[in-house]
Amino acid sequence: MDKVIVAENLSLSYKEFETIISKATFSIDAGSFVFITGASGSGKSTLLKSFYGAIEPRQGQLSVGGVKMNHIGTSKLNFLRRHIGIVFQDYKLIKEWTIEKNVMLPLIISGYTSDVSGAQVQKLLAHVKLTHQAGKYPPELSGGEQQRVAMARALAHNPILILADEPTGNLDEYSSSVIWSLLEGANTQLKTTVVVVTHHIPEGLKVPYKHYHIEFGNINEIS
Amino acid sequence: MKSLKNHISLIIALFTVLASVQIYVAVDRTIAAYESHLKNDYSVIVVANKAFTPQEFKTMSSMIERSEPISTAQVLERLKGEMSEKNLALLKLTLPKFYRIYLNRFPTPHEINGLQKKLQKNSSIERVEGFSQTHDTVYKLMLLFKDVVQVFSIAIAAVTSLLILKEMRLWQFQHAERMNIMALFGAPVWLRSAVLFRLAIVDAMIATLILCFSFFIIDYYAILTLPLKEIGISVQLFNFINDALRSLAISLGISIVLTFTIVMFHREEE
Ligand SMILES: Nc1ncnc2c1ncn2[C@@H]1O[C@H](COP(=O)(O)OP(=O)(O)O)[C@@H](O)[C@H]1O
Ligand SMILES: [Mg+2]
Repeated sequence: MDKVIVAENLSLSYKEFETIISKATFSIDAGSFVFITGASGSGKSTLLKSFYGAIEPRQGQLSVGGVKMNHIGTSKLNFLRRHIGIVFQDYKLIKEWTIEKNVMLPLIISGYTSDVSGAQVQKLLAHVKLTHQAGKYPPELSGGEQQRVAMARALAHNPILILADEPTGNLDEYSSSVIWSLLEGANTQLKTTVVVVTHHIPEGLKVPYKHYHIEFGNINEIS
Repeated sequence: MKSLKNHISLIIALFTVLASVQIYVAVDRTIAAYESHLKNDYSVIVVANKAFTPQEFKTMSSMIERSEPISTAQVLERLKGEMSEKNLALLKLTLPKFYRIYLNRFPTPHEINGLQKKLQKNSSIERVEGFSQTHDTVYKLMLLFKDVVQVFSIAIAAVTSLLILKEMRLWQFQHAERMNIMALFGAPVWLRSAVLFRLAIVDAMIATLILCFSFFIIDYYAILTLPLKEIGISVQLFNFINDALRSLAISLGISIVLTFTIVMFHREEE
């Protein structure tokens, strides 16, 4: 089976003599659904950052989508990121853009014509049940609604990999269920690889998943 | 609303730069017009004991534009009744020749001295009157005016630079978040900063339009040109093609350099 993420003896840290992830070796199969858990401050977000190139390996090797992440150049990184959809804990929506335009961002970056991207955005907004909010701005929406917008944005460009950092961390039940069903749907219907950092694995998921737990800088496979 | 406020402060800053440049240019133009006005009024009187052709004068100094003999006929006419015919004829013979010499530019007092010395080298020239006393006062006043305007526009430029610098920080702060988010989705640098460049270009054009409009009003109602005309200076304070293009170039230049600086100094975060 193809691997989307391959890590060998991967060490991550922000400062020179610190270790947050220490010599981790693991791989994530294409089309799989993966949960990463761990105590707060254990390095879950840091690991996810390394997947989208916001932090470089301190030691060891990491490749994502076949691209080596060690000393990656700007244009190569931009290319890779155009095939990844990220959902952040703090949503990271562009405040001065409408909901519609926020969802359109990955399509604008990939250079789609406005009629193609317009149709795609309408479809996604319907999926996240926000069609009626399309013309509003992020600060006018609740946290749950904003995260659903971020979810729609992460799916807009049909990425090969979705990275979600505590996407339902402090959301209402309804928004959480919309997010989980979309992540499941992307994985089952589009074969998108999904990596989710979470405190708590939801019950009643229909997809098979893998579960890694981070503790003391080590990444342990639970199931 | 917040972004509108930032727009306005950048537009005001750009407008201030453009206005100070335009005022400087207009003053320069006025002084040049005044200088040529003075030049036309100013002449050196030469008293010689033999006739000179204009060509002969021209070879004495490169500053000399033209010369004309001052007719003595009028003076002699007035003396006709008071003098005998014979004496008048004698006077006519011994009377020196007078010439009025015009220069090709308004001279400095130093240049007048030099010219006087040059002319007096010729043994046939008896006297040169440069009217340096009156000339001196006018000239010094003009220089003072020029200096005052220069200091004034440099002061404005300095204050505005600080304003723009402050504006730049605000912009950097304001646009950093959007640029970071776009980077996380793989937008190349040019796309991340496209919005910024568009805003900068729009602001530059608005500032230029406001400048053109203000000077149009000043020109149309002859707010400044009328008093100048009264002292014999006709000058165009705002040239709608040259000045508008220069202003547009300056404001576009400033705002684009500003945007480049923001983009260059932008630090990506994780
Ligand atoms: N930008 C950063 N600079 C320095 N240290 C950081 C930075 N971000 C996180 N850390 C540190 O790295 C450790 C792991 O953080 P993080 O990956 O955010 O944990 P988690 O997401 O599991 O809660 C923490 O000790 C945190 O303080
Ligand atoms: Mg975290």
